[in-house]
Amino acid sequence: MELLGLYYYWVFAVLLMIGFYAVIAKPNLIKKLIGLSIFQAAVFLLYITMGKVEGGTAPIFQDGVTVYSNPLPQVLILTAIVVGISTTALGLGIVVRIKEEYGSIEEHDIQKRDRR
Amino acid sequence: MSNLAHHLPALQVIVPMLTAPLVMLLKPSGLARAAATAASLLAFAIAVTMTVGVLDGGTFTYQMGSWPAPYGIELGVDRFSALLLLIVTGASTFALLAGRRSVDADIDESRQPLFYAAWLLALAGLSGIPVAADAFNIFVFMEISSLASYVIIAGGADRRALPAVFKYLIMGTIGATFYLIGIGLIYLMTGTLNLADMELRIHEVADQKPILVAAGFITIGLALKAALFPLHVWLPNAYTYAPNTVTVFLAACSTKVSLYLLLRFDFFVFQGNLAGHDIQFAYFLMPLAVLAILIASGVALFEQNIKRLLAYSSIAQIGYILLGASFVTVAGLTASTVHLFNHALAKGALFLAVSCLATQCLGLRLNDLGGVAKRMPWTAGALVLAGLSLIGIPGTAGFISKWYLITAALEQGSLGIALVAVLVIGSLMAAVYIWRIVESIYFAEPNADLSAVREAPRMMLAVTWLAALANLYFGLAPEVPMTLAASAAETLLEHLP
Repeated sequence: MELLGLYYYWVFAVLLMIGFYAVIAKPNLIKKLIGLSIFQAAVFLLYITMGKVEGGTAPIFQDGVTVYSNPLPQVLILTAIVVGISTTALGLGIVVRIKEEYGSIEEHDIQKRDRR
Repeated sequence: MSNLAHHLPALQVIVPMLTAPLVMLLKPSGLARAAATAASLLAFAIAVTMTVGVLDGGTFTYQMGSWPAPYGIELGVDRFSALLLLIVTGASTFALLAGRRSVDADIDESRQPLFYAAWLLALAGLSGIPVAADAFNIFVFMEISSLASYVIIAGGADRRALPAVFKYLIMGTIGATFYLIGIGLIYLMTGTLNLADMELRIHEVADQKPILVAAGFITIGLALKAALFPLHVWLPNAYTYAPNTVTVFLAACSTKVSLYLLLRFDFFVFQGNLAGHDIQFAYFLMPLAVLAILIASGVALFEQNIKRLLAYSSIAQIGYILLGASFVTVAGLTASTVHLFNHALAKGALFLAVSCLATQCLGLRLNDLGGVAKRMPWTAGALVLAGLSLIGIPGTAGFISKWYLITAALEQGSLGIALVAVLVIGSLMAAVYIWRIVESIYFAEPNADLSAVREAPRMMLAVTWLAALANLYFGLAPEVPMTLAASAAETLLEHLP
């Protein structure tokens, strides 16, 4: 039962590994980037879940409310999301340049073309 | 004036960061370059001022927006970070001063302002990491520097830089995300992101599993960024196919900054808190460091491309730095910290000389460069001098750190003797691969394609020689880096039981 109670950590771990697997195993560069995005999104979820306090509400001071959620992890993750978007955008930009230069986005093809 | 001095840690980051968008708007590329060089020089001056400040004793701390730590964001510069700031800003300044012709050859004139803007962002990120005293800020600076580095590495004309940079982007992001998971777990347990506060608060929860997991994630993530063997695979191609000026800058400082962070986390934050951490750290790092020294030097022995050869040599040098740290003694950490500085000097000067060769010659393979020393005697001379420092010949900076490394290894008893053997074999292999370069540029059959080659532009030569002579200077008068390194080691080991 204890394991199920921690299900949000399982979601984090499973998503992290799905993303990591795609990054390592997929030869297609776009699929690698998708994997990388899933990998990062898993970490975002880890941060978001840790800020939640059961029964807690938004941290706005008002009468009759004593339990608040922690807003800081969400603020941190906003920054991390921006970093993630920039990384994905730059990665896609590089893939476009690779396609222009090599005519392919498959890892094996690119390696073959440089060996000649 | 004293008021301004108070703001120096913030200015260290703000100057390059705010000059970057300005540089992007400057249309004639000469203006952009001048502005970027000026910003980099100013950053170097700030780093030197702060070094003088910390040498007088005392540290710089700065509360962003006057919000007190640990809730506000804190910046801090002690002797260890001052050493790193010197390396980062110095490498950028030398590379920019020398880089005019080299950048002109590699990057389209119309895109140069963008290139210099990305360069300054990389500089801001890399100097932000030593300045920041907050784990999340460090992550943000790390990503700023990484993203900007990917841009400038891929900025050249060589298409092979693109797959190389893609690999670097994937591996770099995984490293940074591991670090983010690590600090997330620590935040979960302690509720703080300020490094000094974290160190105190981990104490209460040190026996809990998440802290151990966090230590693992942070160490592996940073080792990936620092190109510790066997996580180095992104490095050789990225350094080889990057524009030459970029290689000078990044080879001298980017992996060093990650190493700095690795040492700071593992010693400052975890050392006093995790039971048996020193032993785990040593057992994990020492074998990898030895493998890095032997295997990377071995690969460099057979490498044909001179940039790739030096890139593999960098991986071996990272091995030396971590070997010293894995002793977990003051002597070992002093040696590895001073080697951070000396290796940056030697590798910076070597890559500057290589960029001189690259502006004049067609190829950078060893047999393309046959007999080039006759045509470019000054460049060849600087290359040899920096090469001697890399090997560790007495009288050069490289000798100082190798000497301290061997002394520190001998303190380790019987294991130390074996490690001294590794250090000596590594240095001998360095002598061989540097000799291969010397042999081909001085003694090989003159290459017919090189008959029209002339000496590199004067400005490039002057900066290259300045860097090469710095190797001599810090070999003969090593007080400043030694003092900084020794007190860095003491700060790091403060928490050793």
